Amino acid sequence: MAQYEAVIGLEVHVELKTGTKIFCPSSTEFGAAPNHHVCPVCLGLPGVLPVINRKVVEYAIKAALALNCRIAPYSKFDRKNYYYPDLPKNYQISQYDLPIAANGYLEIEVNGRAKRIGITRVHMEEDAGKLVHQGSISTTPYSLVDYNRTGVPLIEIVSEPDMRTPEEAAAYLEKLKAIIQYTGVSDCKMQEGSLRCDANVSVRPAGQTGLGTKTEIKNMNSFKALQRALQYEIERQIDLLEQGEQVVQETRTWDEDRGVTLSLRSKEEAHDYRYFPEPDLVPMVISEEWVNEIRSTLPELPDRRKQRFVRDYGLPAYDAAVLTSTRELADYFERCVELYNHPKTVSNWVMGDLSRMMNATGTEIGDVCIRPEQLAGMLQLLDKGTISGKIAKTVFEEMFRTGKDPEAIVKEKGLVQISDQAVIEKVVEEVIANNTKSVEDYLSGKERALGFLVGQVMKATKGKANPGLVNKLLREKLGK
Amino acid sequence: MISIKEVEHVALLARLELSEEEKEVYTKQLSDILEHARKLQDLDTEGVPPTAHVLPLQNVFREDRVGEHLDIEDVLSNAPEREGDFFKVPRIV
Ligand SMILES: [Zn+2]
Repeated sequence: MAQYEAVIGLEVHVELKTGTKIFCPSSTEFGAAPNHHVCPVCLGLPGVLPVINRKVVEYAIKAALALNCRIAPYSKFDRKNYYYPDLPKNYQISQYDLPIAANGYLEIEVNGRAKRIGITRVHMEEDAGKLVHQGSISTTPYSLVDYNRTGVPLIEIVSEPDMRTPEEAAAYLEKLKAIIQYTGVSDCKMQEGSLRCDANVSVRPAGQTGLGTKTEIKNMNSFKALQRALQYEIERQIDLLEQGEQVVQETRTWDEDRGVTLSLRSKEEAHDYRYFPEPDLVPMVISEEWVNEIRSTLPELPDRRKQRFVRDYGLPAYDAAVLTSTRELADYFERCVELYNHPKTVSNWVMGDLSRMMNATGTEIGDVCIRPEQLAGMLQLLDKGTISGKIAKTVFEEMFRTGKDPEAIVKEKGLVQISDQAVIEKVVEEVIANNTKSVEDYLSGKERALGFLVGQVMKATKGKANPGLVNKLLREKLGK
Repeated sequence: MISIKEVEHVALLARLELSEEEKEVYTKQLSDILEHARKLQDLDTEGVPPTAHVLPLQNVFREDRVGEHLDIEDVLSNAPEREGDFFKVPRIV
């Protein structure tokens, strides 16, 4: 059987976090009552004129610079014509042949191998409205339209067909999301739709350089969905070729519940967009001064920050990559290290207990109620021997739930570590008396039995005994 | 000359339903318009830079400040049908 290779390119839409829409002063605020954030311009009423929001251009340039793109000195808008009820004007204002930026790239790493993925172009456009169905789109009796989202600014980032596996595609999207989030021009929340991704996929026999017929996959609403959909589509296309059939160039939608891609072939020649220059908007001439001014506002981006974490904090590359995956997490880590200068210890807590509890409770780093001062404070209590490592986990969980100071929790719950030799000695003697079998095992050379005895002492003291002291006392008492 | 097929295609894209007679008329009229515009192609444009816009204007921006929204009753006053504050439209397949 022939070996096949997939060729994948992604088109990513990102909602820009401006206060108003791209061509009118309507608010972009999320969650307003339906059709309350609209005006004659975004409703496409006759006789209105769009005017571009300066901040949209600024944000688009900022994102494009972060993606190593070349900013176009001259750029314009075009009309993309199609009929759909979420588009009141029957055309979308977009950019066709003179996009704001082109020729960029970003770096991904999959299985330890670095790879550069090209970015063909970045252009600005307006979002469409939202259709609300009752149940699924195929069974709903009618649709309801909310135009609040109409005219919200988007940038579309088109990659080169440089990815070969679903893993590479996911890594590209992760990195793209991180970079854009770092620039602060978008939240990039896939679940809320401020980051949306379509994929172009084709397959070809390995070693061949020409491209196979591609399909476009839509409706992938998570990283997991992206990988599953690509995996499915690649296998579907290979199966077709293996059976001597042809791949049909078409748009397909990912059905998350059934785990398949389905044809969206439409009878209405939807792809005949008849682009032409938007006569209501004048062209933009982007000066080098403006570009440089925007460049100077770029923050340290994920790759650079990761390198610095390895260099300055002596962290393993893996830790550095995880900690710099979002700007908020990296900021949190650095604030903790400022207060408690043991980077690897902080990293272990942030990547371990903190991430675990964030995942378990669906909490974002911005909403975590443990302040860096509190995490640092807890680590200092641990160093001083006030609490044991085991108790620290309890304190940590309590801080995560309540946001209380570690000292207060330790006091309230009576969690102070017992380091009083006399108290522990008493418990040790009891444990030795009650566990003769384990004592014999230990004396006959089974080192493991000591662990059991330590555990019994810890249990009797509700985890508060100083483990080092328990160990020492047990060994002494057992005369070894 | 453009064909009846092209007129049908454009009509479909514009969601226009045309009678056979109208198709004939528009085929002729659209062809005449294109023929008229075609004269531009006879001009020598050697050395003339391409134009994206007819007005000698550039960089007209607005600041990112929220303005007035339309009253919901005005928003929906032209809606063929409404449900609550939504526009109500036929199901789109
Ligand atoms: Zn508006």
